[in-house]
Amino acid sequence: MRYLPLTDADRGEMLAKVGASSIDDLFVDVPEHARLKGPIEGLPMHASEMAVERHMRALSGKNLAAGDAPFFLGAGAYRHHVPASVDHIIQRGEFLTAYTPYQPEIAQGTLQMLFEFQTQVARLYGCAVANASMYDGSTACWEAIAMAGRIARGKRKKVVLSGALHPHYAEVVRTMAKFTEDEIADAQPSLQGSPDLDGLVSRIDEDTSCVVVQYPDILGRLSDLEKISEAAHAKGALVIAVNLEPVALGAVKSPGEMGADIVVGEGQSIGVGLQFGGPYLGLFAVRDPKHVRMMPGRLCGETQDAEGKRGFVLTLSTREQHIRREKATSNICTNSGLCALAFNVHMSLLGEKGLRQLAAENHRLACLAADKLAAVPGVTVLNDSFFNEFTLMIGQDARKVVRRLADHGILAGVSLGRLFPANDALSEGLLVTLTETTSEEDIDALCAALKEVLA
Amino acid sequence: MNAPNKSGWKPSAPLAGDTESPTFTGNRALMLEEPLIFEIGHTETTGVDLPEPQADAPNRLGGLERKAEIGLPGLSEPECVRHYTRLSRQNYAIDLGLFPLGSCTMKHNPRLNEKVARMPGFADVHPLQPVDTVRGALEVVSELANWLITLTGMHSVAMSPKAGAHGELCGILCIRAALEARGDARKVVLVPESAHGTNPATAAFAGYEVEDIPATAEGRVDLEKLKARLGPDVAAVMITNPNTCGLFERDMKEISDAVHAAGGFVYCDGANFNAIVGKVRPGDLGVDAMHINLHKTFSTPHGGGGPGSGPVVLSQALSPYAPLPFTARGEDGTVHLVEEENAREFGHSDAFGRMTAFHGQMGMFTRALTYILSHGADGLAQVAEDAVLNANYILRSLEDLLHAPFGESGPCMHEALFGDQGFAEGLSTLDLAKALIDEGYHPMTMYFPLVVHGAMLIEPTETESKAGLDQFIGALRSVAERAKAGDESLKAAPYFAPRRRLDETQAARKPILAWEGELAPGGAAARSEIGGQ
Repeated sequence: MRYLPLTDADRGEMLAKVGASSIDDLFVDVPEHARLKGPIEGLPMHASEMAVERHMRALSGKNLAAGDAPFFLGAGAYRHHVPASVDHIIQRGEFLTAYTPYQPEIAQGTLQMLFEFQTQVARLYGCAVANASMYDGSTACWEAIAMAGRIARGKRKKVVLSGALHPHYAEVVRTMAKFTEDEIADAQPSLQGSPDLDGLVSRIDEDTSCVVVQYPDILGRLSDLEKISEAAHAKGALVIAVNLEPVALGAVKSPGEMGADIVVGEGQSIGVGLQFGGPYLGLFAVRDPKHVRMMPGRLCGETQDAEGKRGFVLTLSTREQHIRREKATSNICTNSGLCALAFNVHMSLLGEKGLRQLAAENHRLACLAADKLAAVPGVTVLNDSFFNEFTLMIGQDARKVVRRLADHGILAGVSLGRLFPANDALSEGLLVTLTETTSEEDIDALCAALKEVLA
Repeated sequence: MNAPNKSGWKPSAPLAGDTESPTFTGNRALMLEEPLIFEIGHTETTGVDLPEPQADAPNRLGGLERKAEIGLPGLSEPECVRHYTRLSRQNYAIDLGLFPLGSCTMKHNPRLNEKVARMPGFADVHPLQPVDTVRGALEVVSELANWLITLTGMHSVAMSPKAGAHGELCGILCIRAALEARGDARKVVLVPESAHGTNPATAAFAGYEVEDIPATAEGRVDLEKLKARLGPDVAAVMITNPNTCGLFERDMKEISDAVHAAGGFVYCDGANFNAIVGKVRPGDLGVDAMHINLHKTFSTPHGGGGPGSGPVVLSQALSPYAPLPFTARGEDGTVHLVEEENAREFGHSDAFGRMTAFHGQMGMFTRALTYILSHGADGLAQVAEDAVLNANYILRSLEDLLHAPFGESGPCMHEALFGDQGFAEGLSTLDLAKALIDEGYHPMTMYFPLVVHGAMLIEPTETESKAGLDQFIGALRSVAERAKAGDESLKAAPYFAPRRRLDETQAARKPILAWEGELAPGGAAARSEIGGQ
C-alpha cells in the first residue's frame, strides 16, 4: 500500500491516543447491519505499480490513437499539436496538485494565470470580460441561455436555436430546458452551401430571450453574425455565439466584433487534447461589462495586498451557489482550472503571430483537401465558406463509409448520421476536418481510399 | 506598479535583520516577482515554429477575414517556461505539504495516474471515432463503472457529469424524471443544515422549492423534524453522509425508509465517500442517487480548481432515467456505447436527455481507475480507516485547546470540526488561518458548516504520516494559543507568503477582470519599464 504512510505501530499509538481499542470503534455510528466485515467481494485486491501500468497499457493498446492513422475528425473536438512545454508546466505539482484559490496569499500562481486566461479569452472573443472557464462548451452554451433568461427577468421564454448548432449541444439545451420551462425553438440544419440566416432571423420574435448560433457551424459554414445581431437586437433578443474551434478566430472576425452579446465555446483545441471527450474547457465571455454580475462561473480579479503590491483574488462570489444557495446564478461550483492553464500556456506560446499562422495553415490545408476531395468521383463539397472543416456529400450512408475507411486504417471524419441519427436527409453527409497535424500525404490517402470505397 | 528603478534609485545592502528593504527588481532572493504575459510578451513573438502564411493562399472564409489585431502577446519557449515556473512557485499545493481542507479532501495525487492518462490510446482518441476503434477506452469506463456500482451497492451509474455539482444536478434530474414518469408533480426538496451548500442551489436549478431541516444539538439530521415534514409534496431529501460536521448520519436507513414510505427519493451527497469507501455501501442504507467526486475519493488532481468529475450511482428505481451517453456490457463481454441512436436497443428509451456533449471526463476516469486498481478492495477499506483514524487523532489532540462542538457526539469520520469559542476579543478564525500560512500550511476549511460559529473543518486524509500530523498539530496549537491569548499580530498575518492579506472588498467593488493595457511594441524594452512591483 504504497500511498499509505501509517505503520501498524503508528496506528496502535494513535488508537491509544484516541481512546479506541480497535479501528471498528471509530465506525460505531454505522449501523451494525450495514458494516462490511471484510473487503467487498467480487473486486480484486491491491496491485503493484508495474501490474497496474501493464493492465492500463493493454487497455490503451485496444484503441486506435489519432496519431497512428490519417485523421480527419472534428465536430467539436480537434486534434492540434500541443507544444511539449505545455504538458511539462501543467504537470508541475504546484499547479497540478493545488486547490481552488480560495486562499489568495498562497495561490497567486493559479490566480495570475486565471487573470491572464480571462484576458486572452475576452480578446479572442472580442468581448469585455471572460470568466475563469466552465466544464465544457456544451454546458457553457446552456449556462449562456440561462443567463439570457436572467437578463430578460423571465419575461421572455423562447430560445431560438440555429439548426446548425452541434446536435449534442442542442440536446443538452433541450434537456435542461425541460426543467426550467424555457421554450426551445429548434430546427434541423439545411443542406445548403451557406447557412439559412433568413430562416433563423424569421424565428426571432418579441418573446425571444436569445438566439443561439454556432460559428463556424456544425457543417463548417461561416455566418455573418452582424446580420443576426441586428435582427435580434431589433426584437430585444440577445445573441449567443457558440465557437467550437478557437483556432478559427485567428483567421475570422470575432463574434463580439459582430455584435454577439454572449460568446461561449469549447477551448479544447488550445492545449487540452482530445482525451475521448473530456475533460474539456468551456469558454464564456460577455461583450457588455454590465452583464458581469449575471455571469455564471468563477471570476478572478485584480486587487492589492496590505503592502500595496498587485495581487489577484476570486471575486464577485456572492453570485455563486456555495454562498447564495438556492438563489445562485448557476449550478457551476468549479472551473476547469488545469485545462485553463493548458490553454493559457499554449496561447502564450502562440501569441498573436503564432495563432494567425496556425489558423492560416489550418485553412490552407482545408482548402487543399476540399479541392482534392471534390475531384473524387461521387463526392461534392457542400460548403461555400469554411475554416478547417467542411461537409462532403458522398451519395451513400456515410456511417458505413466511415466504418469501411477505418478498415483501411483511416479515421475519415464524422458522419452526419452519427450526429443526427433521426434525420435521414443528412445520412449521406461526412464532416471532414483538417488541422496542422494532417499531412498532404494523409489527404492523398483519404482521397485514394474514399475513391475505392465509393466505387 | 511603481518600479523602484524608475527614479534611478540604487539599492544598498540591506541591514542585518531588516526584511523590509526594497530590492531593485522587487524580487526577494528566490521569491521572484513575475509580471503578466501582457507586460513581457508582444504580438510579433511566438514560441512555436509554424509556416508563414502565403500572400496568394486560397481563402474561403466567406468575407469574414479578421482584420483587427486580437491583442495576444506571445512568448518564446524559454520565456514561457520561466514565466509559468515562477508563477507556480507562488502556489501552495498538496505536493508541498498537508492541505487540511475539510470536505474538499486534498490527498496525495499519484504520478502513475498521470502517466496512464497520457497513454496515447486514452489521451489521443476522439470521442466520435468509430466505436470499434475505441474498445479499450470504453472498457476503462465500464471497469470504473463496475467498481463504483460495487463499492456503493447500487444498480447503475451515470458517468457523464463533469463535476460534483453537475452530478448533484444529474441525480436530482433523474429523481424528477422518475416522478414525472409516474405523473407525480412534487414541488419540494428538503435539505438538512448539515448538508453541503451546493445542494440547495442544485435543487433550485432543477425547479424545486428548497426547505431546510434543522440539525440536532449533536450535529446530525433531526429525524423527528424530518419525518414530520415528509408528505405528498416532497420529491426528495438531499443528505450529505458523512455530513459536514464530520459525523456519520446514524439514522440514514430510517430516514430513507421514511422518505420512501412518503413516496419521495433520497439523494446522498457523496462528497465525503472517502470516509466510508470499502466500509459501508450507501445502497444498503436506502440511497437512491449519490454522486462521487472522483478527485476527492479517488485522487484525481484538483488542478487549482478542476477539472472534476462527478459520476452518479443510481438505485434500480432511478436507473431507467439516467442521461445518455453511457456504456453497457453485452452478453459476449463487449462494451457498447449507448447514445441517442441505440438507446432503445439497450432498453433505455426513458433517459432524461444529455448533460454534456461527449462521454464525460475520460481523463479523470483513467486516473481514478488507476488509483482504484492500485489500492484494490482491501486498500480502499484501509484508505477509509486511515483517513478516519487521522481525523480522530487530530480531534483528540486539539480538543483540550480548541472548542470541539460535537466532540461528545462520538468519533468523527474523516474530518474534525472546531469552533472559535475562547478566542480573544477581536481575533477570528480567519486570523488563525492566515497565521497558519506563515507556519507553512494551507488553512483549513473555514466558516463551514454554518451551524458552528467560526467553524474550522480539518481533514487530514489518509496520505499523511503520524509525524506529519504531529507537526501540524504542534503548529495549530501554537497559533490557537496565540488566538486565545489575544496576540494582535495575528491580525496582519500572513507575513511571509508571496502576498500579504489581499483586499477582496476592493476587488468586488471595482472589478478589474481583464488586463486593459496596450501591448508593448518590443519585449525587452517593455520588460525594463515594468521592473518589479
